[in-house]
Amino acid sequence: MTVRKIFDEELSELKLQLVKMCRVTEEMMADSITALTQRDYELAQSVVYLDKKVDEYEMNIEKQCLRLLIKQQPVARDFRTVSSALKIITDVERIGDQAADISALTSSFKEEKSFDCPDLIPKMGELAIKMVKEAINSFVNENPFAADDVIKADDEMDDMFDEFKKQTVEKIKQNSQCADTAILFMMIAKYLERIGDHAVNICEWTKYNESGVHVKV
Amino acid sequence: MEYGQNISVKQADLYYGDFHALKNINIEIPAKKITAFIGPSGCGKSTLLKCFNRMNDLVEGCKITGEFKIGEVDIYKTNDVNALRKNVGMVFQKPNPFPMSVYDNIAYGPRTFGIKKRAQLDEIVERSLKQAAMWDELKDRLNKSALGLSGGQQQRLCIARALSISPKIILMDEPTSALDPISTGKIEELCGELKEQATIVIVTHNMQQATRISDKTGFFLLGDLVEFGDTDQIFTNPKNEKTENYITGRFG
Repeated sequence: MTVRKIFDEELSELKLQLVKMCRVTEEMMADSITALTQRDYELAQSVVYLDKKVDEYEMNIEKQCLRLLIKQQPVARDFRTVSSALKIITDVERIGDQAADISALTSSFKEEKSFDCPDLIPKMGELAIKMVKEAINSFVNENPFAADDVIKADDEMDDMFDEFKKQTVEKIKQNSQCADTAILFMMIAKYLERIGDHAVNICEWTKYNESGVHVKV
Repeated sequence: MEYGQNISVKQADLYYGDFHALKNINIEIPAKKITAFIGPSGCGKSTLLKCFNRMNDLVEGCKITGEFKIGEVDIYKTNDVNALRKNVGMVFQKPNPFPMSVYDNIAYGPRTFGIKKRAQLDEIVERSLKQAAMWDELKDRLNKSALGLSGGQQQRLCIARALSISPKIILMDEPTSALDPISTGKIEELCGELKEQATIVIVTHNMQQATRISDKTGFFLLGDLVEFGDTDQIFTNPKNEKTENYITGRFG
C-alpha cells in the first residue's frame, strides 16, 4: 500500500507533461524536415512559432519540479526522478531550438531557384526523431535498456554525419558555385547530429534515475 | 584501556523480557562524525543509542549480549559506569534542566567528578556555554533558574551541561523534536561545530535533519539494522528496498 498517493499522482503528471513537451519537439523536427524537402516555407515558419510552446512547457515543468522539491522534499528514487526531469527539460528545449534553427535555415533557401536536398538529411532527421522519442520513453517507462539502444543509435548518427561531411567537401570541390547551399545543408546536418547528442543526454538521466550513478557517455 | 571516539558493535542482541528488540547488530560508528539513526517508532534505534552509555541497565528484564566497544573499552565488561558516562554524554528528547541555576546545571557534572574550586568551575561553565553558543545570551543570567529559559534555550543548556565533562561521544535522542525551527537550526549548527571535538550519534524522526547534519546514517526496522552507509548514499541511492520504501514514505 502506498502512503504517498498524491505525490505519486504528481510524479505521473510530471512525466505526462514531459511526454507532451517532447511530442511538440518531435512534431517540430518532422515538420522542419518536411518543410526543407518540400520547400514549404509556411510550414517552416510554423515550426519557428512552435518553439515558443516548447519554451512554455520548459518553464511550467521547471516550476512543477521546484514545487515538488519544496513541498515533498523527495529523497532516493523520487529525488532522482525530479532532478532528472529538471535536467531533461533543458535538453528537450535545446532540441526544440535546433528544429527551429533548421526551419530558419530553410527560409534562406527561398531565393534559390532549385536545389536538391541531400538524401542523408531526411535519413538523419528520421533517426533524430526516433532517438528523441525513444529517449523520453526510456525515462518515462524507467527502462535503462531502451536508453542503451538510443546511445548505440548515436554511433549511426555520427557515422551519417561524417559521411555527409565527406559528401559536402566532395560537392564543393566539384562545383564551388554550390558552396553556399552546401554549407547551409552542412549546418542542418550538424543540428541533427546535435539533436542525437541531446537524446543521449536524456538517456544518461534515464540510467541515473535507475542506478543512482550519473555516467557521461 | 582508554575510551576512544569510535563505537564498535559486534553481534549485539537485546531482549526486553521475551521481546527481541535488537537483532544481531553490527555497526562501526566513526570518530568525530555525526551518525544518524532513523526508522519507524519501535524499531530499536533509541534502544541501541541507550546501550552506548548503558542506560538500559536500569530497565527490568533487559538482557544484552554481544560486544560494545568505545575505543578500546568493552563497555559491558567494565564495572565503572561513572567513567563510561563521563566519556559518553546524552541529550534527551525533552529538555530536562535541573531545577537549579544555569550555573549549577553546568557545574553539576564536574562537581560530581570532584571539581570543587570555584575558579575552575567558572572556567568550565564559561567554556561549555561558549561551545553551546549560549555564553552571550546567558552570561548575565548565570544565577537565574534554568527553568525560566525557553524550550530551545533549555535544550541547548542541556547540551552545554553534557559538554561540561568534555565527553568523547554525545548521544542525542530526538533532541529537536519539541523545538521550533529556529531553535532546531541552532542545535543543528551546534552539532556541526561539536563534531570537531566529539562523536555525535543522533536519533531522529526528521529525515531532512538526518540529511542536513549527519555524515553516516543507519536505518533500523523491527530490531534489524537494515542499512548503514554514507548519508548522501542512503538518501540518494539506498541499496536496500526497505530503506528506499521508508525514506520515500512508501513504507507499509
